[in-house]
Amino acid sequence: MPITLTVNGTEHTLDLEPDMPLLWVLREALGLTGTKYGCGISACGACTVHLNGRAVHSCTLPLSAAGGQRVTTIEGLAPNGALHKVQEAWIGHQVPQCGYCQSGVIMAVAGLLAQNPHPTDGEIDAELSNVCRCGTFVRMRAAIHDAAAAGDGVAS
Amino acid sequence: MNRWTRRAFIGAGTVAGGGFLLGVAGFTFAPGRHTLVSADAASRGQLTTWITISPDNIVTILIPHCEMGQGSQTALAMMTADELDADWPLVRVQEAPALDAYANGYIVRAAGGQYVPAVLGRGVDYGAYKVAEWFGFQVTGGSTAVRGTGEYGMRVAGAAAKEMLIAAAAAQWGVSAAECTAKHSRVAHAISGRSVTFGELAKAAASQRVPTSPALKHPDSFTIRGTTRPRLDLPSKVDGSAKYAIDFTTPGMLYAAIEIAPVHGGKLVAVDTGPADAMPGVKRIVKLEEAVAVVADSFWRARRALAALKPEFTDAGHGDVSTESIFAAFDQALGAPPDMPADAAKVVTAEYRAPFVAHATMEPMVCTAKIEGDRAEVWTGVQDPLNARSIAAKALGFDVANVRLTNFMLGGGFGRRLPYTYDYVDLAVRVAQAVSPAPVKTIWTRENDIQHDYYRGAALSRHAGALDGSGVPLAAHSTYTGGGNGEAVFMPYAIGEMKAHEKTAEHPIRLGQWRSVLNSQHGFFKESFVDEMAHAAGKDPFEFRRGLLGDRPRFKAALEKAAAMSGWDTALPSGEGRGIAICESFGTIAAEVVHLAVSPEGLLRVMNVYAAVDCGDVVNMDSAAAQVEGSIIFALSAALLSEITIANGRVVQKNFRDYPMIHIADAPNVVTAFIRSDAPLGGLGEPCVPPLAPALANAIYAASGVRVRELPINKTPLRRA
Repeated sequence: MPITLTVNGTEHTLDLEPDMPLLWVLREALGLTGTKYGCGISACGACTVHLNGRAVHSCTLPLSAAGGQRVTTIEGLAPNGALHKVQEAWIGHQVPQCGYCQSGVIMAVAGLLAQNPHPTDGEIDAELSNVCRCGTFVRMRAAIHDAAAAGDGVAS
Repeated sequence: MNRWTRRAFIGAGTVAGGGFLLGVAGFTFAPGRHTLVSADAASRGQLTTWITISPDNIVTILIPHCEMGQGSQTALAMMTADELDADWPLVRVQEAPALDAYANGYIVRAAGGQYVPAVLGRGVDYGAYKVAEWFGFQVTGGSTAVRGTGEYGMRVAGAAAKEMLIAAAAAQWGVSAAECTAKHSRVAHAISGRSVTFGELAKAAASQRVPTSPALKHPDSFTIRGTTRPRLDLPSKVDGSAKYAIDFTTPGMLYAAIEIAPVHGGKLVAVDTGPADAMPGVKRIVKLEEAVAVVADSFWRARRALAALKPEFTDAGHGDVSTESIFAAFDQALGAPPDMPADAAKVVTAEYRAPFVAHATMEPMVCTAKIEGDRAEVWTGVQDPLNARSIAAKALGFDVANVRLTNFMLGGGFGRRLPYTYDYVDLAVRVAQAVSPAPVKTIWTRENDIQHDYYRGAALSRHAGALDGSGVPLAAHSTYTGGGNGEAVFMPYAIGEMKAHEKTAEHPIRLGQWRSVLNSQHGFFKESFVDEMAHAAGKDPFEFRRGLLGDRPRFKAALEKAAAMSGWDTALPSGEGRGIAICESFGTIAAEVVHLAVSPEGLLRVMNVYAAVDCGDVVNMDSAAAQVEGSIIFALSAALLSEITIANGRVVQKNFRDYPMIHIADAPNVVTAFIRSDAPLGGLGEPCVPPLAPALANAIYAASGVRVRELPINKTPLRRA
């Protein structure tokens, strides 16, 4: 039974197993490789995307759960080649090192700011559980506050 | 797509348009290296192996090092562009292809540059290049890119190209080259008011004689080095467009999931493929000597089918090996603590323990391979493309010339992707061979990655120190297992008698290099022990160290700087503490102060880390600071949480749930200061790792009275004494 979902504004109908994780649907079926595999057990956040504007871990989210829903990936965070304010802040603070986890972190932060436009440090600590092996947390925090200061959180 | 060829050096007249021989100070070295140009070099204005200037004035610099987040591709481009006097916004970088001519010959020089007489130095470069070529190294590791390749290679290339551009302009205008200057990617003749872009000159410049001794800039005239330039790889890393090995795709590509013998060295005994044969998307089940792989039309399907199999493996005779058995052997090998002088007023002894740890790069190991007849094409992410290519060739029984390897940005390296750690390439090419000619991407799961790493070695170290009646240290001796070297055990202090003896106790756990190599274990051991000696002497740990660094001005300055940054002399509330440590590694001295709090319940909160770093000079200021911050967080995560344990010969941990990492909530504020000394350039990717664990343990002692002698720190209860 084909499943229909909207990814970055485009509707896709896919004839895949309903329990295939959204991560692999995005990466392999739709070629959206900005979303990364890190652990497969929802423990690192590298696979974070938005489901109807809320940050979710796509590595454990079955395709069936995304059926009829609106999915946004890093490629669709800002339309038409523009940068989302979180991406701008990430460049401004030169956050990424290897960069592999950063799509997921940026999606998690964009999701956080959409819900809570001006998070405190404590709220950032409570909400953001992404793993970054390069250890870019110091810059992440500064960039989150900058992005928050740049305007109201915009849900994607 | 340009094709890379080695152009024979026949004579100056016959290589019009490209193919130049670069020399250094009259000594021509590694000719192949500088005569390697693409077949269409003339039309592309390729000046040297490393620099291409196109008519639109874009300078493309080939970098013979991978980018794994350390920022050295940008730093190397800055060093080249500064000597070239290129306009930075017009500079692009490209990673050098995996070809012999890009083997890196500067590593020996980087490691020992300051000890090599200037005249012999060039010979060392040549010798190292030959060694690197023979062994097929194109490695990024040992914190060598900037201080080796950059300082001794890329600068020279940039300076030579500039002289060629100036010579071309001078010839065009019929003026003396001495009257021409280069700036912002233009050559100008001030007297006549003429100027021309590098792009317009490139073709003519390419037929200029390559200078044998291009003049290098005095540091005072650097315009790009020593500033902050945004990293060139970052735009692609915020919009998802950066391509890692896991992102590569090619038409008809299949996917493989693999299960490897859980005990290293084990062999596949049997596997009933029945349960997976008919599962959706499954194309082939591949039995290898030490693994079984499922090839399918999607990775998830491959993985699901693999999970249905119950392969049996041998334990290679190591089924009785455990963390306990390894440490028992260490203990036996070490014997009694080292003897101390008979006239000591006070003897201090301590034993420290460091666990096995995994690299756990965010991108797990991935390799795609396509085998057709006697040729192979490989796409992967490695710190040494040439070594990876040779390992692929060996696994296939192919001539290395028949293997083409494309390297991608690395989703973390930290030493996991160094030479001779390419089991993931070895396995992937054999899987692909079984389904030839279909291309197959073998993706390691996180479980594969954690369980089949080349781990940082576990180690045990036994120390004894002697103090005289006034607290002056007379001796500090140690015996250790788990490996060591002169740099790792070196202590800069003026202590009468310092000795470190290595004892060996073999075990079958596979080891590799983990960011900062042996310095991370020994930094913890030696700088914890110095702290214990300071307390035994009744002295402040900073003042105790400082008093022993009288004849080591660089160490003393770094130590003082870190202490001053931390406000070492100011009082802290009860339950808070500061700890200090200093280590030299890879030519860089790093002093760190950790400021933390331990609650009465024993909960630890690391608040601030202050780092004073003397790596000689700094190339890209902000990116360098990012390396310090990242090293500190990386080291903190390991010191607090990381331990790989062994049971029944196999690694127990599997994923981030049982091998956890710290999160943003656990990350302290990090304050970095660079001491820009006149010392030779030191490395920066690793040297700020070693001081962190001891500074942390020393701070815990200051805050709680609990002395942590075992890593990770979460094994020691921290209830305040």
